Amino acid sequence: MKPRLEVKIAGLKLKNPVMTASGTFGYGDEFADYVDPARLGAVITKTITLHRREGNRPPRISETAAGMLNSIGLQNNGLDDFIKNKLGAYKDPRIKLIVSVGGETNAEYGRIVRELSVFKQVSAFELNISCPNIEYKDKIIAQDERLTREVVKEARRNTRLPLIVKLSPNVDDIAKIARAAQDAGADAVSLINTFLGMAIDVRTRKSILGNITGGLSGPAIKPIALRMVWQVRNSITLPIIGMGGIMTARDALEFIIAGASCVAVGTVNFVDPGASLEIIAGIERYLVEHKFKGINELVGSLNVS
Amino acid sequence: MKCEVLSNVFLKERRLLLDLAVPAGFAAASPGQFLHIRIEDSCDPLLRRPLSIHDYCASGKKNGVVVRVLYEVVGKGTALLSEKKPYSEIDCLGPLGSGFDMEKIAGYKNVYIIAGGMGVAPLFFLVRKIMECKVKSVKCKVAVLLGVKTKNDILREKEFKDLGCQVHIATEDGSKGFKGRVTELLKEKLQPRSIICACGPKPMLAAVSEIARSNNVPAQVSLEEFMGCGLGACLGCVIRTTSGYKRICHDGPVFDSSEIIWKD
Repeated sequence: MKPRLEVKIAGLKLKNPVMTASGTFGYGDEFADYVDPARLGAVITKTITLHRREGNRPPRISETAAGMLNSIGLQNNGLDDFIKNKLGAYKDPRIKLIVSVGGETNAEYGRIVRELSVFKQVSAFELNISCPNIEYKDKIIAQDERLTREVVKEARRNTRLPLIVKLSPNVDDIAKIARAAQDAGADAVSLINTFLGMAIDVRTRKSILGNITGGLSGPAIKPIALRMVWQVRNSITLPIIGMGGIMTARDALEFIIAGASCVAVGTVNFVDPGASLEIIAGIERYLVEHKFKGINELVGSLNVS
Repeated sequence: MKCEVLSNVFLKERRLLLDLAVPAGFAAASPGQFLHIRIEDSCDPLLRRPLSIHDYCASGKKNGVVVRVLYEVVGKGTALLSEKKPYSEIDCLGPLGSGFDMEKIAGYKNVYIIAGGMGVAPLFFLVRKIMECKVKSVKCKVAVLLGVKTKNDILREKEFKDLGCQVHIATEDGSKGFKGRVTELLKEKLQPRSIICACGPKPMLAAVSEIARSNNVPAQVSLEEFMGCGLGACLGCVIRTTSGYKRICHDGPVFDSSEIIWKD
């Protein structure tokens, strides 16, 4: 018998536990030649802000050992353009669309989730409060419990759709921020966003990135991401979407065993645009080989004896 | 898609010509497009390398097609690529990007091709395609200006001549042809009612754009940048234009020079 890959998370029914991470899959259409979004657990969009954002000055990416730095700066055309030009492409009801939301004020987060909640294509929101490449009142929201609580409460007041809060690894205690999100009414947390990092060209003594610093992603960060998922799993009751350097089905399984109900794949989409589908197939093979009836049996099953 | 290596040979120190057999299902390439190559199935180097298509032509075998890449060893990725042997396979995405506007080029009597160093890579395919059309349209003149530091860096001179176009050399040290920058040579040679197609370092392309603007001729320039996805999704490889940041991988790599804002 085929193992069950279906996952229920934050009131969503997903056909499998694999999503594409925000900012690495555009709005899905750019990857149309490689991935049918209806086959994914969900698509998390590139972050939408209320107004158009031009983004940071280039160069915006740099390869590092087993990873990459990026400093895109949330370039996007804003909420109205997203509604007018992007949402229409998601007519297929089999696609689970999670819209990543960014803002400069709590009110902006509230307004975006309110305006998008009326569209039946939208299944849930991921609140991006952890982008390392923009500053909100001089810090990343997800670095502060009070700011996290306030923005989640404001979003909660404005929508009944599931709210996923994306956490930053650039903190002293990620579990503390996860608890703040839970207390404020989040339905799930996703972790981790990128680590702040930089790279220097010694010839010119300039930073390789135009914005000087950027966010580190890729296999280099996976062990830390996994440890953070395990830590958060032991601190809150909300479901977790785990991510950070997942390249293979085996990487994804590690996150699930550590306590993630779902995973998101990011940087690997650049390396292999069809990787998300291969990871789904690999998870299924593992469940068959190890005689699991469903993926749920595996979530948080870390053997600590 | 996996492409078989047919040959991978040094033309000059650090500069190689890679021939790949194009598998069935690979879309036909047009001049200015690129391949996004995964060099190793490993985490380091992690990202793909965007490399210009140097030519795309029949292989000689029945229905066989070759895609050709001219590249320079500059870092870890290209060093590994230079070690690839015939019969090995390389994972390629492509052809990707928006190339030269062939229809627009066809409308001009004089075409100036400006190559700065390795910028020659995408221009050979372009010139071959223009020369193919030239047979049909009379009186079109194609001049190729190859700019290099020293004569040992000159690539594809004979191949361009074999296509039947004029080739002019500019060396910075004066070891062959015009002594000075290729953009200075362009200023000397440029005729009215022309179009310019250029690829090379950014400062050279900025200079070409300025020459085109002051002489009131159009120019198409091919840009280069580090890339993430290569598909237009990640917004990692952008250039500032008169209508905001555009994606080099998807909106380019070839742009009309008048829309590029060269200053940082």
